[in-house]
Amino acid sequence: MDFFIQLVVNGLSVGFIYGISAMGFVMIFKSSSVLNFAHGELLAMGAYIFLVLVTWAELPVYAAFLLTMAACFSLGFFVERLFLRPLIGEPLIFVIMLTVGLAAMFKGLILLIWGGNLHTFPEFLPTWLSLHWGSVSVQPVYTLALVVGTVFLVLFGLFFKFSSQGIYMRSVADNQRAALSLGVNVKKVFALSWAIAALVAGMSGIILGIINGVNVHDLSAIGLKVFPVVILGGLDSIGGAIVGGLIIGLLETLTGGYISPSLRDVVPYIVLVVILMVKPYGLFGQVEIERV
Amino acid sequence: MRKRVFHPCGNYHENYADQLKIYETDYGRFFAAAGLIVLFGLAPYVSSAYFLYILNSIGIAAIAAIGLNILIGYTGQISLGHGAFFGVGAYGAAFLATRWDIPFLLSVPAAGLITASVGLIFGLPSSRLKGLYLTIATLAGQFIIEYVLVHWEDVTQGTMGITLPKANVFGLEISGDVSFFYVIFLALMLMLWLAVNLMRTKYGRAFVAIRDNDRAAEGMGIPIFPYKLLAFAISSFYAGVAGAIWAYYTVSITTEPFNLGLSVEYIAMVIIGGMGNMSGAIFGAIFITGLNEILRWAIDLMMNMGMVTQTGLNLAPLREFIFGLAIVLFILFEPRGIAEVWRIIRSSFRLWPFSY
Repeated sequence: MDFFIQLVVNGLSVGFIYGISAMGFVMIFKSSSVLNFAHGELLAMGAYIFLVLVTWAELPVYAAFLLTMAACFSLGFFVERLFLRPLIGEPLIFVIMLTVGLAAMFKGLILLIWGGNLHTFPEFLPTWLSLHWGSVSVQPVYTLALVVGTVFLVLFGLFFKFSSQGIYMRSVADNQRAALSLGVNVKKVFALSWAIAALVAGMSGIILGIINGVNVHDLSAIGLKVFPVVILGGLDSIGGAIVGGLIIGLLETLTGGYISPSLRDVVPYIVLVVILMVKPYGLFGQVEIERV
Repeated sequence: MRKRVFHPCGNYHENYADQLKIYETDYGRFFAAAGLIVLFGLAPYVSSAYFLYILNSIGIAAIAAIGLNILIGYTGQISLGHGAFFGVGAYGAAFLATRWDIPFLLSVPAAGLITASVGLIFGLPSSRLKGLYLTIATLAGQFIIEYVLVHWEDVTQGTMGITLPKANVFGLEISGDVSFFYVIFLALMLMLWLAVNLMRTKYGRAFVAIRDNDRAAEGMGIPIFPYKLLAFAISSFYAGVAGAIWAYYTVSITTEPFNLGLSVEYIAMVIIGGMGNMSGAIFGAIFITGLNEILRWAIDLMMNMGMVTQTGLNLAPLREFIFGLAIVLFILFEPRGIAEVWRIIRSSFRLWPFSY
């Protein structure tokens, strides 16, 4: 029983991090309906920038974190400006292929600069962050993830609900053409959504780096695991991404614990195929009804 | 006798059949024939063993890329699992050849059919939805197939791999680069001929209609979902055939090469070569395979000069980076790929003193 509870706790913690990683992805999809295949590489970029700032520049953790966030924000902004802006109005298939190309490019670049070895951050988390209930324990990093993730969720909720930029973003997501005709600056919205998505990705990259160490192969694999998560939660729902992440995380650890560890990494994709079959728009996705 | 057309100075199409012609001019037919004679009569005898190996790799890649082009370029759907389907074809052929002693000529198309039906399993759920759900489903397919190839040891022998018997066509043993050259390029010609003509039938036109506007296509009475599935099955069939020939060519296969990187490589071939253009797939195969070899050569050279020390570590990331860069640059600056560049060069020669 203890084993089961520990697995559930681990699963929920891992799942919450999947959910946070998926948030940035959903944000891009919501505003520009682009499936971003380079998401894992954005995660990795965040982790590596933080790594450089902490180990090489030896900045204090808080400063490094803030600087990484700023760097990721501008990275997302530049990616949009350089690569995606010229494709506005082109068929979506080109944009998606472009993100596939970007993923390969970033991955190659990271490997060329930092190599494929595992790097680790120095220990900086205080131990009082770890939680214990009887025999069940939660590592400090997961507590941190929970806190940071919740803060970001609340901030996003407020941002989308009350700030004018957030409302513009929702309007573009809802109907790009209508938003354009009402005077919303769609280009600015795209730039902002990429920048914010990269920022969130960078943050989750740091957390993932604390847990597993920084390795571009692992991080880009997690970037692809975002797909089962968002399909399960519904492609256009930020809350759905969190719920989807929790479910996928649970399933992964339970399969790893009870069936076989090697099946663990494949289970999300099996779920993905099943979900597409039975509930294609996911748990919280908006069902598109179209009649010809 | 019909007048031979060599140099049209305008568009003289009078009916729909004219537009569907493969060869614009009689020049085209002549050059195609000359090219085939050079390819089959000369190429295998004048090229070195290494160059022949590259040609054969290009031929195999071109078959798979043609299939992917039918899906991406003509139907407007993306498959991220083409590398895994290539692997299914390879393992299908290996299984049929080693367990049931099925001869080469039967096992290759059978492997293609197996791959097409595996493809359908992953195509089926996504084909209910509009949009690019097929991309996501094939991504799942890529990982699930990779897992199955490694872990279904009764069939695939896991990480040990399978060694194939020598291929045999009508009593002739196929071994060595020259005889494989003929097998591969005859298969390529056949598959190319099938694909080009498929696109001129009602099915091909339906694919293009779905790509251009699925709502309009549905309004014109094209059942979208069956046609999307059909396109996906055909594309997987091509991948399977290519994989099967590859398995015979390399003799011994393991599960390693069929990863997501291979899928991205095929996508790169289609984009760089030219989407929606059959010659594009071949240009893409030449470009990517050539790029691979040039990079390998360049790294060897750098290593000899002492600039790079660990070669194995440096080749893969550099290759990945350059592939990605090539995809991005082609999409941004020439979305119709090398085929379009080639067309521009040709027509500027044709129209030379008076272009525009």
